[in-house]
Amino acid sequence: MPRDLSIKKVLVIGSGPIVIGQAAEFDYAGTQACRSLKEEGVEVVLLNSNPATIMTDKDIADRVYIEPLTVEVVEQLIRKEKPDSVLPTLGGQAGLNLAMELEERGFLKEQNVRLIGTTALTIKKAEDRQTFKDTMEKIGEPVAASLVVHNVEDGIAFAEQIGYPVVLRPAYTLGGSGGGIAGNREELVEILSNGLRLSRVGEVLVERCISGWKEIEYEVMRDSAGNVITVCNMENIDPVGVHTGDSIVVAPSQTLGDKEYQMLRTSALNIISELGITGGCNVQYALNPESFEYCVIEVNPRVSRSSALASKATGYPIAKVAAKIALGYTLDEIPNAITKKTYASFEPMLDYCVVKIPRLPFDKFISAKRTLTTQMKATGEVMSICTNFEGALMKAIRSLEQHVDSLMSYDFTGLTAEQLLDQLAVVDDMRIWRIAEAVRRNISYKKIHEITMIDEWFIDKIAILVEMEQSLKTQELTEDLLREAKRMEFPDYLIAKLNGKLSEADVKALREKYGITASYKMVDTCAAEFAATTPYYYSVYGGENESLPGHARKKVLVLGSGPIRIGQGIEFDFCSVHATWAFSKEGWETVIINNNPETVSTDFDIADRLYFEPLTPEDVENVVRLEHPDGAVVQFGGQTAIKLTQALMEMGVPILGTSAKDVDAAEDRELFDEILQQTQIPRAAGHTVYTAEEAVRVANELGYPVLVRPSYVLGGQGMQIAINDEDIVKYIGVINRYTQDHPILVDKYLEGKEIEVDAVCDGRDILIPGIMEHIERAGIHSGDSISVYPARSLSDKIKKKIEEDTTKLARALHVLGMINIQFIVYQDEVYVIEVNPRSSRTVPYISKVTGIPIVPLAAQVILGHTIRELGFEPGLQPEADYLAIKMPVFSFEKIRDADISLGPEMKSTGECLGIADTFNEALYKAFLGAGIRLPKYRNMIITVRDRDKEAMVPIARRFAALGYKIYSTRGTAADLNACGVRALPINKIEEQSPNLMDLILGHKIDLVIDIPEQGVEHAHDGFVIRRAAIETGVNVITAIDTAEALVTSLENTDSRNLHLIDIARIDRRGRV
Amino acid sequence: MKAFLILEDGTVFTGTSIGSRREVISEVVFNTSMTGYLEVLTDPSYSGQAVCMTYPLIGNYGVCGDDQESLRPWLDGYIVRELSRMPSNFRSQDTIQRFLKRYDIPGIAGIDTRALTRKLRESGTMNGMITTDENFRLEEVLPKIKSYRTGNEVELVTRSEPEFYPAGMQESCIPDGHAMAVREVPADWEGNGQGRQGKKLRVALLDLGVKENIIRSLQKRGCDVTVYPAWTSAEEILGTHPDGIMLTNGPGDPKDCPNEIREIRKLYESDTPIFAICLGHQLMALATGSDTKKMKYGHRGGNHPVRDLSTGRVYITSQNHGYMVDTDTVDPSVAVPAYVNVNDQTNEGLKYLNKNIFTVQFHPEASPGPRDSGYLFDRFIEMMGGNK
Repeated sequence: MPRDLSIKKVLVIGSGPIVIGQAAEFDYAGTQACRSLKEEGVEVVLLNSNPATIMTDKDIADRVYIEPLTVEVVEQLIRKEKPDSVLPTLGGQAGLNLAMELEERGFLKEQNVRLIGTTALTIKKAEDRQTFKDTMEKIGEPVAASLVVHNVEDGIAFAEQIGYPVVLRPAYTLGGSGGGIAGNREELVEILSNGLRLSRVGEVLVERCISGWKEIEYEVMRDSAGNVITVCNMENIDPVGVHTGDSIVVAPSQTLGDKEYQMLRTSALNIISELGITGGCNVQYALNPESFEYCVIEVNPRVSRSSALASKATGYPIAKVAAKIALGYTLDEIPNAITKKTYASFEPMLDYCVVKIPRLPFDKFISAKRTLTTQMKATGEVMSICTNFEGALMKAIRSLEQHVDSLMSYDFTGLTAEQLLDQLAVVDDMRIWRIAEAVRRNISYKKIHEITMIDEWFIDKIAILVEMEQSLKTQELTEDLLREAKRMEFPDYLIAKLNGKLSEADVKALREKYGITASYKMVDTCAAEFAATTPYYYSVYGGENESLPGHARKKVLVLGSGPIRIGQGIEFDFCSVHATWAFSKEGWETVIINNNPETVSTDFDIADRLYFEPLTPEDVENVVRLEHPDGAVVQFGGQTAIKLTQALMEMGVPILGTSAKDVDAAEDRELFDEILQQTQIPRAAGHTVYTAEEAVRVANELGYPVLVRPSYVLGGQGMQIAINDEDIVKYIGVINRYTQDHPILVDKYLEGKEIEVDAVCDGRDILIPGIMEHIERAGIHSGDSISVYPARSLSDKIKKKIEEDTTKLARALHVLGMINIQFIVYQDEVYVIEVNPRSSRTVPYISKVTGIPIVPLAAQVILGHTIRELGFEPGLQPEADYLAIKMPVFSFEKIRDADISLGPEMKSTGECLGIADTFNEALYKAFLGAGIRLPKYRNMIITVRDRDKEAMVPIARRFAALGYKIYSTRGTAADLNACGVRALPINKIEEQSPNLMDLILGHKIDLVIDIPEQGVEHAHDGFVIRRAAIETGVNVITAIDTAEALVTSLENTDSRNLHLIDIARIDRRGRV
Repeated sequence: MKAFLILEDGTVFTGTSIGSRREVISEVVFNTSMTGYLEVLTDPSYSGQAVCMTYPLIGNYGVCGDDQESLRPWLDGYIVRELSRMPSNFRSQDTIQRFLKRYDIPGIAGIDTRALTRKLRESGTMNGMITTDENFRLEEVLPKIKSYRTGNEVELVTRSEPEFYPAGMQESCIPDGHAMAVREVPADWEGNGQGRQGKKLRVALLDLGVKENIIRSLQKRGCDVTVYPAWTSAEEILGTHPDGIMLTNGPGDPKDCPNEIREIRKLYESDTPIFAICLGHQLMALATGSDTKKMKYGHRGGNHPVRDLSTGRVYITSQNHGYMVDTDTVDPSVAVPAYVNVNDQTNEGLKYLNKNIFTVQFHPEASPGPRDSGYLFDRFIEMMGGNK
């Protein structure tokens, strides 16, 4: 069927802020789909509250609205833009939920707008637990015995009927929020009551536990003519019981015979046909490892994290094809963009093995439970490709950037045999390392399998790697042994370390002598059956090299930013992609290295050549030796890329833009102090130290509070505010837990207003798009602060000073390209906090709200253009006449036992934007976009540390004036009452009921304001309160300035008449 | 032990010997299926060929006897990147290593199978030799390799005597459609009929190198199947008055089967419903005046899209053929194309006019590969007048 020409203008709904369970994969899918729609001449209206995305660029969509994803906003947008169709399947669960609500309200019908890519009936059949179950029964597809319940009592009754353990799955939540496995009645009550609350429709599925079965996924596609195909199947190494987003996954399945493979494939195709999906769909199965028994776990009738992984694993662009299908094309009409010879109606065949490992945030949340369950906790993932499983696993491990490089990276040698057996049963992110240790101790495969339920095939592969470690330790490094070690992707330095006698350079020399070098194979969707033209490569040792780069043009190597993690998110992919495009426009050939399957940068048609590889010096060097780039840019790929600077220089690759020496000068305390002296810019007093003793001495000299942090980190990792010696000792201990090549900084902590600027410098002139001001005072990580553009509270004098300081610093550091500077304004004086001569988290945000494309500008400047030549007047640009507020978004409810209080270490996973003519409306939009929708019950809890009580009183008074009933512990209540703010005293949690905890669990609280002590976790009570509140879905605020912003937003109800702003029409001076 | 794969163009791949140490010369082809290596090994259509598996990890789930498509492997040689040292599957009875040894099949592992595939894709199917003799001399072996030619492979692989297979579900059919422990097995797992009432149908199946799942697919649809050796005369078959005749897949160049073509012409002229797959499809075309030709490197794998020209629907099919019916030579008064390959527009099936005959190039019996076109067996049942 040819394209439906009645589709002319399509509203695409994005997925909103990055949260655990809904991350960069939707930007990848959305961007690809929008480009696919535009290719067909369709006008694209885009709605997404997330400013860090590429899909919200005006190059990608025609109309761009970075507005909260609420039904009211969508309705208003549809009235304003009058699209003829809505495509909701690219925005994850958020997009689907919105579409359902619009449909249920009858709004779409009323406006004569149709859903494309899916139907309301399809969504209901797949998403509504009971309808799904009925549908599966109708077509004879087995599901585990289950019952949908709306209250805890029914859940208990059913669980007791089918027997514990039972799995709980709330309806309409993402990433399995609020779900879990209950082994007994107490656990059931806890998880079920939580799940009921988190579900949009208050329903939870209680189901027979099939944990321990193999978890298998199929990505399938269907068109309107009913043609169906499978794109990819995947096997989770972690059996059922761990969310697939947290599992190590391999593609294609490894332990299934053709009978099993085809049985599940047929089932998946039956399901997509019955659901009537037009587009992509993910079906998850549990397969009994001892029989052909299987059941359908769930179906996602949309693009998903798994579909992004499947796309990257096979080369098949699912989102692009899904968009074409939504326009009416059938699969056999859509050309395969990879081979250009075949059509989308075929099934990719892999001739390699793909391994995905989740990136879990336990390094950020030290107190959190590392246990993996059906509730997803990973913030991102890495993927690797190799022709053997061992090599793919090794590459994926070192791509994680979590201080792991092999199966020896976590040390379990201290455990007794008994302890090890006990710990094998623990399901967490270190499980494969424990299995490796078990193999080293000669615990049988059978025993390991019985405990972990991981298939023995994978255990044997781990054993092969362990045997190689042993061989390298005990044997002479012969040519055969070296060849075999490289085949399994052991890095040179690790081979040297295990060998003990050779250095890394020796190993490399040996490799050269024997001709053991990496060669590159193409990901071509068809196992080489057809010639493909797409330059998407992975490395293997041994075999023919297929990547034969020419050198007709200048060539740039762009280093990606690796897995999405807290502190280094999607923003850096935005920067990498825009830099790549900019170099391309300047006539350069572009080469990207990255290992993150969720990103736009690893899409097959972004760079001229894509290498899907770990971002370590050795892996990068292999690419460099083949490609011989004329230069590399590291300033766009976050800390991952910056860390490779030295190695690149040693390889003889020129660093384009700011030189490595100057990057060092910004990071090195003493060099930087010299620059500050030279430029006469003050900073908070501080020193560089290496040991705890030195730190304590320095802290006492400076006077508490002080800020302690390691140098060379991003996202404030390891940064803490210390108020006494005890804190210092503790933090230094934490920082030094990992090898620390760089010194530790101890600074006087100034509690002032935090200011941030991003700028581009051409070596002489500087362009500052705008000044951003944080709502929270210094001490809270900039990524976790609410950021306002333009800065409202600064005098012209201060703004001028900031402009001057930025210019001076950029010049002193010889910045060529991007620079990011954080300042503190304290007692009318501007201090510099830190300077990063690279792109930052705020770059996409400030680019969008000022209309100044700073990444392309930076790239052009790096290539020798000047700011003036590019048509810009240097200096601080005129301010916009509207306000744009960036609001951090957290995923605390996903991470059990993570401390949610904000501080210098970043904890947010994403961000959303509020943009409006007035501050109040912008603030309201930003809170709305972050999911804070108040008031509901008008009950709140306030607990504050003593020194903030005074500041809290006016805020509490304003909440009270809004009709809020305030509950406080006795001390706070007495103080508030004394100031004339009515507050009801309530027992602390360790006191008898009714106490704070009962209040929170009673589901009648809108908000908890809990300002904890900075520093070491002094108040365990506070921690428990905050966790309980988060886990019951109550909003929690831990900074006084955030509380004030929120109450301001609530007071201004007139700001709720939202006015939507088309970002694509912002001109570069920031006017709409 | 080292092994070498020497191609007729002089390319030498060095790997490790697997299976038999015997030296063998044959045609080298590649198969892109990611699962189903045992089905490939035991598919008689590979007689006369050495098969390179493009999926690099082979043997992961061992050898499950029920998956065999015939009693033994027929291919001449087996080429893989890596054989799993430890298979893992609840049905696994053996390893591929031992299986190859038991049946004296030589093979080579540890070579760059992708490089080999690319070479075959570019140059077309080539002859090659697998040997463990390190002292081979190219100038001596190349002429031998070049001169190799497959013979009448059908006569090697077909049965020596007729065999009877009664209607009904066979035990080896078990892992077909659905979750066994959860629900009863539906007798019509891949059909959509209302069961199997009425009389049994009697099918005469001409074994040109039949894959067991063709027989099973008919049995479980309520057919009594009599399997005849390839050289059986048309008279003998027609004399039993079967309800339908099934012509199967098989190895080699269809033009190497003049006797079979002659007999199939007679079958064509009878009024018996006929369904043919793969080689059967090609032989029926040759018997009715069309021509076949050798393809550059054939279709072997489980991902080939085929369009049903009567409905426009596209099905993903299992394929294994190196020859094809040349559509241009088909007399439009005899037959019309019924299926076409979406990728390269080659013929994938013919509907014979004024006859109760249809033939397909692909494999509706799957095994290995997708089962999407299994409904064609239902169509055959209908052609024979049975319940769908």
